[in-house]
Amino acid sequence: MTTIVSNPARIVPGRIQLALIGCNHRTAPVELRERVSFTQKQALDAADELRRQGILEEAVVLSTCNRSELYGVAGEGGSALTEAMEEFFTSFHGIARSEVTGKFYRWAGRDAIYHLYRVAAGLDSMMLGEAEILGQLRTAYGQALDHGATGPVLNRVFQGALEVGKRVRSETEVGTRPMSVALAGVKLAERVFGNLKGRAALIIGAGAVAEQVVEQLRNRSIGSLLVVNRSFDRAADLAGRMGGRAAAWEALEAEMSQPDILVTSAGGTGPVLTRKMLERAIASRGGRPIFVVDLGVPRNVDAAAAGLYNLYLYDIDDLGEIVEQNKKAREAEVPRVEAIIAEHIAKFESWRATLEAGSIVDDLRGRFHQQRLLLLEERLKEMPDVSPEERHRIARITEELIERVLDEPAERLRSGRGMRGRLGAVEALRHIFGLDDSKQ
Amino acid sequence: MTHQLGYLSLLFYAASFACYVRILYVPNAWLGRIASVLLAGGIVFQYYDLLERSRFTHSVPYDDLYGSMSLFAWLFAITYLVLEIFHRQHTVGAFVTLLLIAWVGGLRLLVPMQPQAPPPARGALFALHVTLITWGYAAFALSFVLSLVYLVQDRLLRSRRLNSAFWRFPALDVLDQMARSSVYLGLVLVALGVPMGLVWAHRLSGGYAWGDPKVVVTGLILVVYVAYLRLSRSAQWRGSRAALLCALNFVIVLFSYTFVNLYLTRFHRFF
Repeated sequence: MTTIVSNPARIVPGRIQLALIGCNHRTAPVELRERVSFTQKQALDAADELRRQGILEEAVVLSTCNRSELYGVAGEGGSALTEAMEEFFTSFHGIARSEVTGKFYRWAGRDAIYHLYRVAAGLDSMMLGEAEILGQLRTAYGQALDHGATGPVLNRVFQGALEVGKRVRSETEVGTRPMSVALAGVKLAERVFGNLKGRAALIIGAGAVAEQVVEQLRNRSIGSLLVVNRSFDRAADLAGRMGGRAAAWEALEAEMSQPDILVTSAGGTGPVLTRKMLERAIASRGGRPIFVVDLGVPRNVDAAAAGLYNLYLYDIDDLGEIVEQNKKAREAEVPRVEAIIAEHIAKFESWRATLEAGSIVDDLRGRFHQQRLLLLEERLKEMPDVSPEERHRIARITEELIERVLDEPAERLRSGRGMRGRLGAVEALRHIFGLDDSKQ
Repeated sequence: MTHQLGYLSLLFYAASFACYVRILYVPNAWLGRIASVLLAGGIVFQYYDLLERSRFTHSVPYDDLYGSMSLFAWLFAITYLVLEIFHRQHTVGAFVTLLLIAWVGGLRLLVPMQPQAPPPARGALFALHVTLITWGYAAFALSFVLSLVYLVQDRLLRSRRLNSAFWRFPALDVLDQMARSSVYLGLVLVALGVPMGLVWAHRLSGGYAWGDPKVVVTGLILVVYVAYLRLSRSAQWRGSRAALLCALNFVIVLFSYTFVNLYLTRFHRFF
């Protein structure tokens, strides 16, 4: 993981204005998502342009097939930030703003961070808990970082998001159990054989689900792959694409002594694999177990084969039920994920409070010195007898008084202790002393 | 001092158990390493506990029930740790450490800890014989645990009732390999330990006592475990049948360790 050391020189004191605009698979149809997606170059160009126009000081674009999001931090005094970001977003893609009305979400401050952390945790994904988004997030952030588009705030926020994603995947089960029939079949095979590297698989039929299973097997460096189909051409086509070999339908039984994993999804009316065929296959393998995934409807494997010793048979309903159980199990993990997110938001808030409160002392110091000079000027006008040396001494004493008064709060803020959850107090101080008014 | 060391080792085993249980529900490589380190810590403290005892009795702890059982538990823990490192599997740790805690904790609660009196001096060969045989039995005990886990995993796979722990259990193939490794180790240790005992007995009495029930049952143990190793690679037995055989074999080990020692043998009756 990339570790960032924030450049303190870039930390602008004052209130942090963090915002997010974008759309995802829930808010916008694919036709719109296609039009507002960013290539890697476009994402970096957009970040440059946003900074050049002064809309944002820091920017990260996250663009995947299911979402296009722009995260930004504005400088001080920036108002209507999400408005400006949306304006830029739509004009960048040449889309009228009316087209995105109701399809874009806008979040600011804590809500924006909450959204990002949910994205990193996989809670905002089409498939709950999917892990791919974390890699995409890491890439998007890494590119923006290398390009110099991020700053201390987004570095902090995105590092927090990556940490959330990592913790969620290591401490909860939200992403562990298989959520597709194909993956469930392969994961079950791993419960029998352990590592599938070097194992042999036989695929009967060349349908779409079978192809998904083959893809999963290939990802696990399966040793050999054989495809058998009634149409040899289709078998050869799938085998060619997946790096396996094809065999004629007639050779099916002869080929059954080799594979450890058997996936069937052939059409037809009766069973393709009978109990006798599988019994012979196991015997010819010296009793080594066979794992059979029957994806066919009607079933390709004779139901009586389920009782065979060292044969593990799962049909499409079994796998469907497992996927359903897993969905529920993942959903049950959501509160634990939310707790991790809340913990990291609190950490960010604490950091933000320290950073923002730090600026208060500087602002107060400025305000006090301004008042001090005005007061000295007024009062010393009435005291013509005071010599220039004495005037200088009075000025020094009043200056020292202000520094002494502000010394302890400044030190407390520097240490950052006890600042968590005290942002409200900081806001109150700003209001009481009229610090925001004076800046404007 | 020995009391504190014993309790400290129990504490480490308990902490290790907590980590292993957590791994079953939440995968975490670091937690696995911590569990192994805690288990190793428990082993170290138990070693010093046994050492204290050995200093008092001037012998390997075999003569009293507490010392003998404690030595067994210690060697059981070592065997598991070695296999865990060799096979890089932490998911069986919860079952093994649970057994370890029950064993060690039960001993402390139920069996008098102080040895009555030092046994007669029997020499280094005898000490080595006792240690190797006990270690061999501990390895068989581990294969028993692994075979039970195999049978549970196999049943879950066949019933299709897959709870959350199921996805964390080791694969059947891994369990089979670990159980076989454990049996191999047990066989080697017992095969080395038996001749040492025979030689020691010959030196003492001039005979080999082939007919003693302890020797006969130990021979039977060697035969049934060799049979397991052969059958577990045959077409008819490979898989759950072999796991069941391995688990049943351990019943003979228990029989040898308890009933034979207490009631049948002439010269293995120590406590």
